[in-house]
Amino acid sequence: MERNLMKGNEALAEAAIRAGCKCFFGYPITPQTEISAYMAKRMPKVGGVFLQAESEVAAINMVYGCASSGVRCMTSSSSPGISLKSEGVSYMAGSDLPCVIVNVMRGGPGLGGIQPSQSDYWQATRALGHGDFQILVFAPSTVQEMADYMEKAFDLADKYRMPAMILADGLLGQMMEPVTFRSDEIRHPDPADKPWATNGHGNKRKHNIVNSLYLQAEELEELVVQRFKRYEIVKSELHEAECYRTEDADIVVAAYGSVARLAKSAVDSARDAGIKAGLVRPITLWPFPEQEVKAACKNAKRVLCVEMSMGQMIEDVKLALDCRLPVDFYGRTGGVIPKPSAILEQIKILNEKGAE
Amino acid sequence: MAKMKVDFEVCKGCALCTTACPKKIVAISHEKLNSKGYYTAECIDDDACIGCAMCAMMCPDCAITITLSGGDE
Amino acid sequence: MPEFRKPHALTDVPFHYCPGCTHGIVHRLVAEVIDEMGIEGDTIGICPVGCSVMAYDYFNCDMIEAAHGRAPAVATGVKRGNPDKFVFTYQGDGDLAAIGTAETVHAATRGENITVIFINNTTYGMTGGQMAPTTLPGQVTQTTPYGRNPEVEGYPVRVCEMLATLSGVALAERVTVTDPANIRKAKAAIRKGFEFQKNKQGFSIIEVLSTCPTNWGMSPVEALSWLKENMVPYYPLGVFKEGAVR
Repeated sequence: MERNLMKGNEALAEAAIRAGCKCFFGYPITPQTEISAYMAKRMPKVGGVFLQAESEVAAINMVYGCASSGVRCMTSSSSPGISLKSEGVSYMAGSDLPCVIVNVMRGGPGLGGIQPSQSDYWQATRALGHGDFQILVFAPSTVQEMADYMEKAFDLADKYRMPAMILADGLLGQMMEPVTFRSDEIRHPDPADKPWATNGHGNKRKHNIVNSLYLQAEELEELVVQRFKRYEIVKSELHEAECYRTEDADIVVAAYGSVARLAKSAVDSARDAGIKAGLVRPITLWPFPEQEVKAACKNAKRVLCVEMSMGQMIEDVKLALDCRLPVDFYGRTGGVIPKPSAILEQIKILNEKGAE
Repeated sequence: MAKMKVDFEVCKGCALCTTACPKKIVAISHEKLNSKGYYTAECIDDDACIGCAMCAMMCPDCAITITLSGGDE
Repeated sequence: MPEFRKPHALTDVPFHYCPGCTHGIVHRLVAEVIDEMGIEGDTIGICPVGCSVMAYDYFNCDMIEAAHGRAPAVATGVKRGNPDKFVFTYQGDGDLAAIGTAETVHAATRGENITVIFINNTTYGMTGGQMAPTTLPGQVTQTTPYGRNPEVEGYPVRVCEMLATLSGVALAERVTVTDPANIRKAKAAIRKGFEFQKNKQGFSIIEVLSTCPTNWGMSPVEALSWLKENMVPYYPLGVFKEGAVR
């Protein structure tokens, strides 16, 4: 297995190509431009397509068309661009289409800033468009995971016929780390696995239709109900989190993505200072790893949720714990990255407070 | 001999076909409504029909079929 | 032996359109071209939001329903992933020339190898007859009850003329379906568009001046006359650009 030193954004792009992503449709926005640049360079060499669309809206609708025809495809953007894509994401969810969307989050709301942020958690897990639907959300925390979960996202999006998102931030996108790709070579998924695709019936089958319009209320309700039954299967099969020194932890820190790395050093420092601290790091944000979080906190007196936002994942942490433990919050927002020393400070304060 | 046939249930009686017929032998019949509630088009002189299919070309509902002589339909 | 019948590329589902609506004629022409070229199994159609939103039930080829205005972007995605297939969009004036202007212009300027069938009937039919980007000056609609006033609502868009200035466009032609002679020309234009696509020669758009008797408040036959008298002078028929881009 070859190891490569790569930027997170580039590892993500290379992993997508190896997963069999044939078409990339994007639109420039900071801080995810390396993904587009890498795709522009590499796609023509591997017989793929890189296309810079006229807007984020056009890019996601190109993904919609391409995915309809059964081809693995993706788009990437950053927060304000993801808002624009929400129309297409909703249509894809309503038509049961697989695709991968990357959000390299930046500070918001509005034009916000271009520094790393995690303030799109709610958007990704609750409301990436109108209507009743969910998408798969993965939150890598290393360059290696950027690559791993990219490949996984394509496979699972196809398996469950739903859009998947890699929720990253500028920190992960820009940092360089060694990475080993799951696939040594480019995979070529079998088009026969998608009998629903609108890629020309070749006079061999009835025409396929990709559509999310259902004018009969009962018919639409039935489709949504069936889709939610599928979501229940997804929830039972997909829930991942990393637990670090949680076994005997009094204070469990909950954090995801790049912030979890900072929290991990704070946990180590706390242990050095004699405090029993641990870290639970959700990797799948939807479905949320409720069991893992619950298990990680089984001996805890308090939980500290750390995010680069005003506190969004904290809601899911509280729900996972059925509000039986006090869950405190520490966060920085607007693109400010919390310092491990500041997280350590919070751990110390909570340790002194003890159980409620 | 040509024959113009209108699908009684598909026709919406829009009368566009009547404007296209060079022989002026297509008209809206006012005898019977179809199940959608429309009076439908008909050929009022089968013998005069030359099978040019202009009425069918004009029909927005593909309700008109033209059969040429010896037709089995 | 039947001499004229519904083309194979259309399903048996009866159209839901209002009596005399020319959508049905244009659907048939597209289907006839698909039949004649023998490409039904290799064609993917994209329907818009608007009266023809349910065109996916009418065409026998694979069909995709796009979000409002996005059909050219959706078509781009299909075509880029499947460059040897035929891809057409079927769009109305609000879809193509208002909410989807960016997608239309950029698919055209990229020379995207697709065929766009553009229905211009100067109104938003499905929502009940509001002003469209192609509504004529003075024309009364639900949202221009005193007639479209260019000082307030601006001027109608001449799509073919606008797109003809773009290097990626292989065919920009305006036709109508008011009578058999024009219907033949319209079909020839649609065929030309698909042929350009077959030879991978660039973007083709066929604008079809159409009627909306219901929202115009006229009989279907009156609507045809209104089209000839009012629309054709503002939207002249003809070829605005023709020639392979590649």
